[in-house]
Amino acid sequence: MGGTTINKEEVARFGAIAKEWWDEEGKFKPLHKLNPLRLAYIRQHILDNFSLDTKNVKIFKGLDIVDIGCGGGLLCEPMARLGANIVGIDAAKRNIEIAKIHAKEVGLNINYRAMSVEELAKGNKQFDIVLNMEVVEHVNNVPLYLKYCAKLVKPKGLMFISTINRTAKSFALAIIGAEYILNWLPKGTHSYDKFITPEEISKMIERENMRIIDRSGVSYSLLNDEWHLSRDMAVNYMIAAKKTV
Amino acid sequence: MNKKYDIIIVGGGAVGLTMAACLARFDDSLKIAICDKNPFIVPVDSRASALAAGILNIFDAIGIWQEMKKLSNPIEKMEITDSGEGDISRPLFLQFAGNIAPDTPFAYMVPNVVTIKLLLKAIKGKVDMISPINIRELKSDEYRARLILDNNKELSADLIIAADGKESLLRKLAKIKTNGHSYGQSGIVTTIEHEKEHNNVAYEHFRPNGPFASLPLLGKQSSLVWTEKTKNAESYKNMPHNEVEPIIEEIMGANLGKVKIVEKVQTFPFKLQIADNFITNRLVLIGDSAHAIHPVSGQGMNLGLKDVAALVQILVNARRLGQDIGAHNVLESYQKWRRFDVILMAMMTDCLVRLFSNDIAPIRIARDIGLGLVDKMPFVKNYLIRHAAAISSTSGEVPKLLLGQAI
Repeated sequence: MGGTTINKEEVARFGAIAKEWWDEEGKFKPLHKLNPLRLAYIRQHILDNFSLDTKNVKIFKGLDIVDIGCGGGLLCEPMARLGANIVGIDAAKRNIEIAKIHAKEVGLNINYRAMSVEELAKGNKQFDIVLNMEVVEHVNNVPLYLKYCAKLVKPKGLMFISTINRTAKSFALAIIGAEYILNWLPKGTHSYDKFITPEEISKMIERENMRIIDRSGVSYSLLNDEWHLSRDMAVNYMIAAKKTV
Repeated sequence: MNKKYDIIIVGGGAVGLTMAACLARFDDSLKIAICDKNPFIVPVDSRASALAAGILNIFDAIGIWQEMKKLSNPIEKMEITDSGEGDISRPLFLQFAGNIAPDTPFAYMVPNVVTIKLLLKAIKGKVDMISPINIRELKSDEYRARLILDNNKELSADLIIAADGKESLLRKLAKIKTNGHSYGQSGIVTTIEHEKEHNNVAYEHFRPNGPFASLPLLGKQSSLVWTEKTKNAESYKNMPHNEVEPIIEEIMGANLGKVKIVEKVQTFPFKLQIADNFITNRLVLIGDSAHAIHPVSGQGMNLGLKDVAALVQILVNARRLGQDIGAHNVLESYQKWRRFDVILMAMMTDCLVRLFSNDIAPIRIARDIGLGLVDKMPFVKNYLIRHAAAISSTSGEVPKLLLGQAI
């Protein structure tokens, strides 16, 4: 029996949504704008923690990286370009289909899987780097979720987390500002009670043998239409943590 | 031959070649092609370009400046005069002298053939050189840019860089419109030999028909860029040299003594032309394809090479982050960086041309007072000179390459 199991209509439909994920002027515009800053942050901490040859363009060659909640693959593709063995997981099967189509079109080799972090953590596979970007604010039972994530990190490996703080300022900016005034995000994207403070996250992951190596605020400048690192963690922030054992 | 590259540069002039050389220098993993409708040979061109110190840092970064320098002449001083029709004296209103750093004059006169020859040598073996080719169609989607050639073959890349000049074919294929106007002026370009030493001084005489510049070359030679109303320019071009020479002497006053034209006299119509967009889907315009300005301020080629310095920095950084170099956000940062600078320069140049290309007495008096004032304000002069040397910017950051820094 020959042929293919690919359903062309399905692929075409996913292809149309793929365009949405990757449309830099579309629904995910803020994420595209934020991406260079996240990438620079991740790159710098990886460089500082692993002895890598900076002359090599495939600077992450040989590193196992997993991106949790990979969506359309906005982080996976740069990691693949830099030479990493990258696995992208997302609980939404639709996202995985989209990400696969896009990676194929641009000619990148990425291992995408539709699964949850608990399913992945059931295996023995561990990673040098776990990317946990803009996911925490969307999950239930954060301590359990972070426990699974930490389990995926190899000893001496790194985990990166980015999310939104729970402050009056974040309520004003991330919900009222981004969803209602600027129309950056669809209304209902975030709910305030799911936001979590850097201290809460730090405590939870320290319990899982992770040591915090950096906490930075991520601020947006309306004037330059650009994101930059700052000391102000009242709204968006990133954490880099290293597994001790 | 359906080949896939990271970057295809279209246009093998100084700007396109410098782009190729810089990309190859700062990211040797890039697969780069440069193509042109004409073969890659050093053209017959007797012209020289005044390149600002900051721009020369780019050539230093790709390792060819020391060679270029041997065949170039420094400009250590600029003298600007203003005269009316029939005035005998050449009142000096403004002069710039001095170096921006020890042993660094603010500009050099570099023969165009020297630049091209050394750039071709610099990219040899590092970049695919494809010529002659005829591009029929630009066909890009969200994943890649494609050039369809006359023989139905195809070249594709993540990004195409158009460096194909004022009449850019790629700009037309991409349906990017331009804005601007013609000045009704042409530049008469030639080389003269003169009796006296030029002492590395560049002269700019503002005259009612347009500015007249002489720029010092090696030996007792200078390059002339002489602006005239287009119809006058054409008649000067067709006159015997011995009839034009006394006219040049009269315009220049006594500074250089007797002159002799030693190259063919050529004319170029001047126009201001700025592309409505410097970027579109997986395509970016640099150099004259993006902007052509009046050469009165000597900024045309410098402006194009500043585009190169900015774009190289952006693309190399994007590669280091693993970004798609053809992504809209990456290209948008180039457009944001360069477009304002270009428009500002075009406006300043435009004002200069309008202000000086007339003989209305009150305007003359006003501009003379203006120039006289500037001459008495060292900080303004210092600013202007740093700006002319392309190491300071009116808008935003200066590209690292212009400051002599590694990317």
